[in-house]
Parts: sequence; C-alpha cells; structure tokens
Amino acid sequence: MNASEHGFNPAFNMASIKQAINEAVERVSTVRMPAPTRLRDLIRQIRAARTAAEERTVVNKECAYIRSTFREEDSVWRCRNIAKLLYIHMLGYPAHFGQLECLKLIASPRFTDKRIGYLGAMLLLDERQDVHLLITNCLKNDLNSSTQFVIGLALCTLGAIASPEMARDLAAEVERLMKSPNAYIRKKAALCAFRIIRRVPELMEMFLPATRSLLTEKNHGVLITGVTLITEMCENSVDTLNHFKKECGHREIVPNLVRILKNLILAGYSPEHDVSGVSDPFLQVKILRLLRILGRNDVDASEAMNDILAQVATNTETSKNVGNTILYETVLSIMDIKSESGLRVLAVNILGRFLLNNDKNIRYVALNTLLKTVYVDTSAVQRHRSTILECLKDPDVSIRRRAMELSFALVNTNNIRNMIKELLLFLERADPEFKAQCSSNIVMSAERFSPNKRWHLETLFKVLIAAGNYVRDDVVACTIQLISETQTQQVYAVSALWRALEKDTFDKQPLTQVATWCIGEYGDVLLYGPYPDDADAPVNLTEDEVIDVYQRLLWSPQNTVVTKQYTLLSLTKLSTRFQRGNDMLPPFYRKIRQIIDTFGSNLNIELQQRGIEFSQLFRKYDHLRPSLLERMPPMETARPQANGIIGMVNGDPDMDDEKSSIIEPGNTTSQSDSSALLDLLGSGDLSSSVSTMPAGNTPTVTTPATNSNDLLDLLGGLDLTTPTSISVPHQQLPTQIFSPTNTTNYLVDGLLNSSSMSNPNDVPSMVVFDKQGLKITFKLERSLDNADLLIINMVAQNSGLSQITDFLFQAAVPKTFQLHMLSPSGSLLLPSGQVTQVLKVTNINKAALRMRLRISYTGTAGPILEQTEVNNFPTVAMQ
Amino acid sequence: MMQFMLLFSRQGKLRLQKWYVAHPDKLKKKITRELITTILARKPKMSSFLEWKDVKVVYKRYASLYFCCAIEQNDNELLTLEIIHRYVELLDKYFGSVCELDIIFNFEKAYFILDELLVGGEIQETSKKNVLKAIAAQDLLQEDEAVEGALREIGLL
Repeated sequence: MNASEHGFNPAFNMASIKQAINEAVERVSTVRMPAPTRLRDLIRQIRAARTAAEERTVVNKECAYIRSTFREEDSVWRCRNIAKLLYIHMLGYPAHFGQLECLKLIASPRFTDKRIGYLGAMLLLDERQDVHLLITNCLKNDLNSSTQFVIGLALCTLGAIASPEMARDLAAEVERLMKSPNAYIRKKAALCAFRIIRRVPELMEMFLPATRSLLTEKNHGVLITGVTLITEMCENSVDTLNHFKKECGHREIVPNLVRILKNLILAGYSPEHDVSGVSDPFLQVKILRLLRILGRNDVDASEAMNDILAQVATNTETSKNVGNTILYETVLSIMDIKSESGLRVLAVNILGRFLLNNDKNIRYVALNTLLKTVYVDTSAVQRHRSTILECLKDPDVSIRRRAMELSFALVNTNNIRNMIKELLLFLERADPEFKAQCSSNIVMSAERFSPNKRWHLETLFKVLIAAGNYVRDDVVACTIQLISETQTQQVYAVSALWRALEKDTFDKQPLTQVATWCIGEYGDVLLYGPYPDDADAPVNLTEDEVIDVYQRLLWSPQNTVVTKQYTLLSLTKLSTRFQRGNDMLPPFYRKIRQIIDTFGSNLNIELQQRGIEFSQLFRKYDHLRPSLLERMPPMETARPQANGIIGMVNGDPDMDDEKSSIIEPGNTTSQSDSSALLDLLGSGDLSSSVSTMPAGNTPTVTTPATNSNDLLDLLGGLDLTTPTSISVPHQQLPTQIFSPTNTTNYLVDGLLNSSSMSNPNDVPSMVVFDKQGLKITFKLERSLDNADLLIINMVAQNSGLSQITDFLFQAAVPKTFQLHMLSPSGSLLLPSGQVTQVLKVTNINKAALRMRLRISYTGTAGPILEQTEVNNFPTVAMQ
Repeated sequence: MMQFMLLFSRQGKLRLQKWYVAHPDKLKKKITRELITTILARKPKMSSFLEWKDVKVVYKRYASLYFCCAIEQNDNELLTLEIIHRYVELLDKYFGSVCELDIIFNFEKAYFILDELLVGGEIQETSKKNVLKAIAAQDLLQEDEAVEGALREIGLL
C-alpha cells in the first residue's frame, strides 16, 4: 500500500518513516515490558510448524501469553494480541476469552483499536446475552460518532451480528442514519435496516418513510441497498407491498424502477460500474427481482414492466457469465409475473439457449429454472426435450440429476416410448445413487402412461435388469401383480424372465424374485406351451434344466434369504406344473424332493421351516399338494400411486412407507419378537419347544370348521403354535405368503385365503378359543381418541353344564406392542355364566398383532391349562 | 442474502470466514469442515453449485484459493459468482496481484475489504473505486494514529 496515492505529500516517504517510528515504539516500550511477538512473526512461527502437535505447542504458548496480558489489562498491545488471537481462532482453536477484550478495543478512542475490535466482535461473539448488552452500548456510542468511518464500522458490525434485542435497541439510531446526508453512511444504514427487519419484522413500520426516498438517489450504493431493503419489506408483508405500489416518493414505484433499469441499459459506457460491457449487473439483478415481486399476481404492474423485460432479454450481451446472470434473473421475473405469452416463449427460449451453453453453470441454472416452470408451461419446455435428454449424458452429476428430474416431468402419453428408451439407457449407466430414484420413476411413468401391457411389462423387466439390486421392493410387488393380472402376456413374461434367470443374477435379487415367482406360477406354459406367435419361447427346455438353475439359485450364497424363499416356494409349485407323463415318480420329482428336503436342516430358520413344511407336502399330504399349489387367481392389489411422480420430481420421495407395507418388514425383528413372546410365557426357546412338543399335541387343537383341518393338524404338530378357529376371515394380501415375518401358520392362512375372503370391515368380534364348553370371544374396539390403541373386550362363556372355577386368562404380545390388562370380572363361571376382562393393546408400529394366550381353570376333570396363539386379528384393527 | 463466505486453500486450510447468520461456534466449525471436504472432493468439470442442506453453495477456485458462499434459495447463483469475482478483483487491486500469502499475513485487511463490499450479507457498493477509496481512507486514518502515537511515545508531541 503506497500512501502517496492518497493525497499525501509525495516527497514524504511514509513507509520508511513508519518503520522508523515503529522501531522506536518497540524500543521505548521494551523498557517497560517486553513487546509481544508481532502478528507477522506468529504467523510465520505457526506456518513453520511441521506437525500438528508442533503447531499446537506454538499456539498454546501464545494463547497463554495473550491471556496473561489480558489479565494485566495491558492496553498498549491489546490490539496486536487480539489480531493474533483472531488468526489463532481461524485455525480452529478456542478464542472466546478474547470477547471482552474486543469490547475494550471498541471502546478505545483510537480508530485502529476500533477497527480490530469490531472485526473481533464480528468473529468471536455469539448471541450470548451478557456480552451483547455491552456491545449494544458501544454501538450506540459509535453510531453517534462524528467520524463517518467509525459509524461505518458500527453499522457493519450491527449488520453482521444483530440479535433481536440489539435490533430493537438500535433501530431508532439506524433509522436516523438512513437520512444522513452522507451516502457512505446512508447505504450501510439501509442494509442495517434490512437486517433489523429480518430479525424483527415488526420494526418495519418505522423505516418506511426513510426507505421511500432511497429510490430517488443517483448513487448506486444507496440505490442497490434501497432496492434490497424494499424487496425485503415487500416480501415480508402484503400491506407494505401495496403501500409501495401506491406511492413512493411522489412517484409510482414500478415506473420508477423501470426508468432506473432503462437508464442502466441505455446509458453509455460508465467505467465505474461496468462489468465486461454490462452496466452495474448487481443493481440490475436487484431491480429485476423487486419487479418480480411487484408484478406477481398484478396485471397492471406486469403490464408496466413487459416492455423493459423484453428489452433486457433481447439487448443483454450474453458472451460472459455476467450477461447470463441478468438474463437468468429476467427469465425468473417473466415466469413469475403476469407476462404476455410471447414474452414467456422468449424466456423459455433463453433457457433453451442456456442448455446449449458451454458453461456448465449456465446449463445447471437452465435445468433448474425449467424444472420450476415445467408445470406451468409444459408445452414450451417440451420443445427443448431433446436438449434436456442430451444433458443426461453431462459429465456434471448435478446437471445429470436435474436433467433426470426434468425428463420425468416431461414424460406423457405421446412421448413415453422415446423418453423411457433414453431414460433406460441413462439408468444402465447411472451412478448407484440415481438408480433407486430413476427406476422407481420409470416404473411410475410406465404405470401412468404405458401404451399397452406388453410394453409396460417389457419396461418393467428392463428396469429390473438395469437397476439390479437398487430396485425398490415395491417394484417387485407391482411387477408380479401386473403379470398376474395380464393373462394374455403371461407366456411372454415367463419366457422373458426365464432367459433373464439363466444368466447370473446375484446382483439382481428383485429380478430373481419376480422370475421365480412367475416360473413357479406359469412353469407349465414355459415348458410345454402353447406359445403365441409373438412369444420368443425357449426351444426344448427340459425339466432338468429348470431344476439346475433353481439349484444354482438356492445354493448360491449371494442370494438373499427372501430370494431363496421365493425360489423354494416356486420349486414346490413346479412339482405340480411339470408333467408326469406315465411315470409315477419321474426323475425331476425326486430331484425336487431332494432339494427341498435339504432345507429341513438349513441354518436359517425361515428356510428351515419352509423346507420342513414343503417336504411334508410331498409325503403325508401328497394328495393335497396339487390343489394347494394351484395357480393364484389374478391379483388386484393397490399399486403405488402413479401421481407420486410429481412429488418425486419436486424432491420429496416419500415412497418408503409404501414399499415396506408390501414386502419385507425385516427378518430379524420378527424372530426376536416371537422368541420374546416365548420367553414371556416361559416355554423356552423356539428350538427346544419344537422338540418337546410331540405330534400328539394335536388333540388340544380346536379344529376349525373347514376342510383343511388335516393341514392345520400337520402344521400344528410342527409348529409349536396351534392355529385356532378361523371363524374370523382376515384379509391377508396373497403376496404375504412370501413375507418373512410370518413365522407361524401364515402359510396356511395364505393358501386358504382364496376360498375364505370376505368383507373385511365386518369384524367386531372373533372367537379365539372354544373347547370343552369354554368359549372365549374377543370384541374389538378402536379407541376414538388414540388411533394406536386397540381395546379388546374378552368374554369367556361357559356353555357347559358344570361350573368352572379358578378361571385365569393370561395374554402376551410381542415386545413392539404394549399390553395393558384390566382386572377380570371374576374367576367363577357358572353354567352359561360369563367372565369379562378388558385388554388394551397399544400398537405404535402398526404391525400385525399376534397374541399368545394361556387359559387355566378347574373343571370337572380337574385343573386344565390351555395355550393358544391368536394371529388372525383383522387388519382393520391394526390400521 | 448471503449466509456466509469461506475462503480456504486447496489443502483444506481455512483462510477467511465471514458469517452473516448467528450459529454457535461448534456448528460453524462443523459446516466449515463438511463444506471444505465436499468441495475439495468435487471434480473440476463439475458446476460451481452445490445444493447443500437448505442453502445453495456457490464456489469458485482462484489459483490455490477456493471462494465459497452459501446463499438462500431465492438468490441468483450466477450473481454470486460475480460477487466473488468482484471481491477477488478488489483484493487484487489492493494487494497488487494478490496471492494466498497476502491473505494469510493480512487477513484483517481482507476482512476490511469484504466489509466495504458486503454488509449483512448483501452488496452495499457496486463501484470498485468507491470501495478502494473507503479502505484507503481508513488505512490512512490508522497511519495517522500510528505516527501520532509514536511521536507521543518518544516525547515529540
């Protein structure tokens, strides 16, 4: 810095004098006390430190020294010490102990002290009450200073750290300074007012009169701060907006701003405010933004600014970033106000040009803005579709993301084939972070606009292949559902999926799940046809080839348990799909049995259970197998809402809730739940219960009045749970056969479901136990004021002829629920008498409720203990 | 409104921080650390913009220094690039082809210049000449005080 530039006597060599004097000062003060390290030297020392530990040593030593000088109230070197402390603070070390010293510096009469003191205050002060009170007083003094730069420092500090209390205390001072004749002070005061209103909006009123005159200024600093302040006020309150529209310094505000803007773009070159050939872009942008607020929903105001916006849009030089900055702001204003349609087309075309710009920043801004306007002006944006699709290949990841979102917003019935083709290409190459969102969006777009079922299925398969394991689970459910419902395309689907399954699919679990489900259901058409003309069916596929693929899937450690469950069930189904011919025990049949039997000792409890259940179907209950494994009727499940795409595009992908309800609420939790339940009842862990529960347990099972009692007995014997009467039909989604949560007899429920569906709302009561003259009924009630609370009124009725004494009803639920049992009405049941008890179940997780019951009583035959599990609570009771 | 401005080196060392919103020290440090890591990890062919929490982050590299600003959703990110550029021009004029060392050793001057360009996170002066004039006048005020103080110390005043 050369002082001679600033009107000092050129002959006077300031620098050398300064140095001499500084040295003299150091010498003199050394006599009194040692001079502290200079800032420059400290920085050098710190930079010379080779390790972090070394740096810490230097800093700690200096901090200790600085603290001691603070304690000694050394005012000579305070400024230098604070400067050093600020450097140390920037390195990340604590420096709060300098806060009060900063205030002392501010209170000093020297400008040098104030300058560093205010800098320190801005850097070190947080919103702590006590220090703030002190600084408010300092600020108040300095705001009344006679030196403009002292006022400037105070205003700048207030602008940076104004707390609500400070804003209230100093608003009047700021308002006074806004009317100062000095432009340097006026502009800073205007921005201070802006910050004060930000913190305390109700202070706005008092600034209104002083604000009005700011727009009549010539000084650009005052003008831009004035526009900023008015913008804030207008955004803050509609009343103020109308106030400014009506009258502002004896001129209407819109024509006034239009005039200023016009002068800026028409005035010739002014070196002071020129930026690459554009006159004061900062001011232009601020004015354009204020015009946008003034023109919003106001036809007259919009009318008054149409011309100037068109002028700015066409006359701005666009070779540099600065020109595009203004165009960008102009486009935003045009889109927001009630502008003429021609102007809007012009604006979208500017964005179209932006998309072709070499500068990635401009491309990004264009996509972002198009995304904002696409729902207002779809047809105008559609014209730039190909350019937008090109942006899917951009090297910049944020541009690709925006392009993807915008592409999905542009998909409609007419362009779906083309758009999805491009998006599938994008999906194949996309980064993992995009795959989930992109695949879900393709699925939803296809759902919404697909031209036909065949195309829809093809698209879903392509998604499953391209996105692999990134596909969200809801896609599996809705693909299966679509195949199930579209009977004409099942041959195509099963052959296409077979071809996909032949390849290695460990990185595509969802695909494997869909494929095995389909082959299990429609395996007969896959092998034996008939094939329609358009189906590209596999030639001469044998049963053994299919089984080999299944074996690979089941053996591969890379496949998940869920996939293996799909596969195992599918394989079981295939045993009835394959044709036996004349051979009673064809080779494939033995092979399937063998594979399934091996799972009887699988380490995974889910797979083990399936293995045992299914192998029983090949042995004792072989006669039931064909009818149990019949083809599923077409499903009519609710699919994910297609209109979710809008939400996705706007950035709130709230899909997670939906997907979890369809499949997979987590494997481990369900297991721990059930074991917790077992513990509660003191029957030990699951495995020991299995072994100690003999097959002779079956007599205790209440046989329901359905034709499937054999099967129930069978599973009852295997399971330690004894399924009870299914007098209350429950609406299980058919897909829940696969659900890993079902540790108990859900298999039965699911299979029986097709025959026992009924109206789900009709379930106020259910019989949970009915044996030897004792009938227990649950009457369900939803609490009105707590949606999570289910109230169960238990009624135990003695329909026998002898009395029941010592009746005790106990219940347990998994840990995720809370059960509160009120005391029973009694323990004695006379013939045809009853006992009631109220159970309150809180179900925060909205999970399916299961309940274990233990009933003990003394009848004519002596004491009796019964156990049962209720897991067929109607789903309406859970929601 | 700009929420904060950070200057940091390619090595991730903070060189300047200006906060226009009140955050506790801990949060400031966390934000700084996260942003520095994120930005340094970005490739040069990426855009200068970053959607980060509820703010838009605009950054640009000049030689070994990154200039990084957080702005609000309504703010013009292209204009923020111009503000950064204006600040760099001012530093350049003041120091005479500025380099990272100038800012390290004269960090307080770098703050003073920023405070004459922005107040409360909004631009207060669009003329480079006016900003430099104000800085020069205040530097002069300091020099006068130094001379006066020194003369008084050695008994000449």
